[in-house]
Amino acid sequence: MRRRVVVTGLGLVTPVGCGVEAAWQNILAGRSGARKITNFDVSDIACKIAAPVPRKSEFPDRADAFDPDSVMSARDAKRIDDFILYSIAAADQALADANWAPNDLGEEAQYRTGVMLGSGIGGLQTTYEASITLHEKGPRRLSPFVIPAMLINLASGQTSIRHGLKGPNHAVVTACATGAHAIGDAGRLIMHGDADVMVAGGGEAAINRLGIASFVACRAMTTGFNDTPEKASRPYDKDRDGFLMGEGAGAVVLEEYEHAKARGATIYAELCGYGLSGDAFHITSPAPEGEGGYRAMKAALGNSGLKVSDIGYVNAHGTSTPMGDELEIKAVEKLLGDHASNVLMSSTKSATGHLLGAAGAIESIFSILALRDGMAPPTLNLDNPSVETSLDLVPHKAKPFNAKAAMSNSFGFGGTNAAVIFAKVD
Amino acid sequence: MSDVLARVKKMVVEHLDVEEEKVTGNAHFIDDLGADSLDNVELVMAFEEEFDIEIPDDAAEHIQTVGDAVKFISEKVG
Repeated sequence: MRRRVVVTGLGLVTPVGCGVEAAWQNILAGRSGARKITNFDVSDIACKIAAPVPRKSEFPDRADAFDPDSVMSARDAKRIDDFILYSIAAADQALADANWAPNDLGEEAQYRTGVMLGSGIGGLQTTYEASITLHEKGPRRLSPFVIPAMLINLASGQTSIRHGLKGPNHAVVTACATGAHAIGDAGRLIMHGDADVMVAGGGEAAINRLGIASFVACRAMTTGFNDTPEKASRPYDKDRDGFLMGEGAGAVVLEEYEHAKARGATIYAELCGYGLSGDAFHITSPAPEGEGGYRAMKAALGNSGLKVSDIGYVNAHGTSTPMGDELEIKAVEKLLGDHASNVLMSSTKSATGHLLGAAGAIESIFSILALRDGMAPPTLNLDNPSVETSLDLVPHKAKPFNAKAAMSNSFGFGGTNAAVIFAKVD
Repeated sequence: MSDVLARVKKMVVEHLDVEEEKVTGNAHFIDDLGADSLDNVELVMAFEEEFDIEIPDDAAEHIQTVGDAVKFISEKVG
């Protein structure tokens, strides 16, 4: 009998707030994190908007604003990239939520707890600034902290050092599927006995000149809503014109079921299905009919032990790009068959923008919370769907549902696909 | 000399996030002030920038205490 894996802790740093309950309530209320970019020059870039993490320094009155000083000293924060800072903050929250502190529990707990935090891009701002320093001042002016600040696996490394986690230390890099792959792969490590507890998820901080301009260059970003940022991310709507970039991190604590039960941990849900696939088609475009995504979902459902009718909510990849959204609808319809008309599917990227490597992690958390509360978050700005579908795309307003399981989809550049399925635990 | 000492002290306090009283002439960056090898590299770079001098790698290896730094810098800026 295979070891079961459950979720016992959650952590979020998002464009709609820092902290799990705050971010979730903002998502349910349909609040957008989009705004105009003001902290760097965008006068010559076609996209002038993004969904950054609201910081305490900008929003002193918001209780859910992110305060870097509450995580570490300004000196330490200067030596890591923001994607690591966000990842550490989310991991801190998740471990506290799970009431799991290996540093206080001794060696055995430390050896049996690991980390799998990924990022799509890693320390882009660090790399960007180091390139300018190298060009303007020469190699002797490069900080010894450039490399440890930008390496993707340093989110896992830093988190392990901070919390004394001596089990598997790994990182995922699969573009916009990173967060979902990290959670799925970490679950497998528990299932196979490599660890009893894993901190898993993803972080991203690519809202800078290089990040925005480069995504504009590959024609993936929204450019037509610079004056109305909150309307820019509009998955499935006929006026959508590309994704809005978000940033932040999501982390979950995954735990072997008996381990969680024995210590009386609060169990949010079971990670019961995980599927992966490759498109083998194109570097940035999804395969025709979304067939790669379909195979990932089918594999996840296949190993979940669930029936298709158990799925009541799908948190879509739905990035608000012209082509991807419709292909995903086709793939989900094919998976669900006649059951599609009973299912709610929404894209929370309509509120958070696209967090790239963190997307799959925060959206897994939103799926788990949707299941917990029996409430599907809305797809904002969905005024006129571009295609007909029997799926309920939850336009504008959150909607109640009652089901056993929820699925979260994530698809990345390079044709990499992941689907994770969470189910209620009786 | 005293000006160099004051400036070095201030930089060490800022870079290593330590209390000023601990930053004496004999204080060893790694053993007494909690620095690691990367902190040392960064500190030497900061000295180069602050005093507009070049500290070659072989010289940097011998700058282990606050006093070492003050002595080297004072000779350079002399």
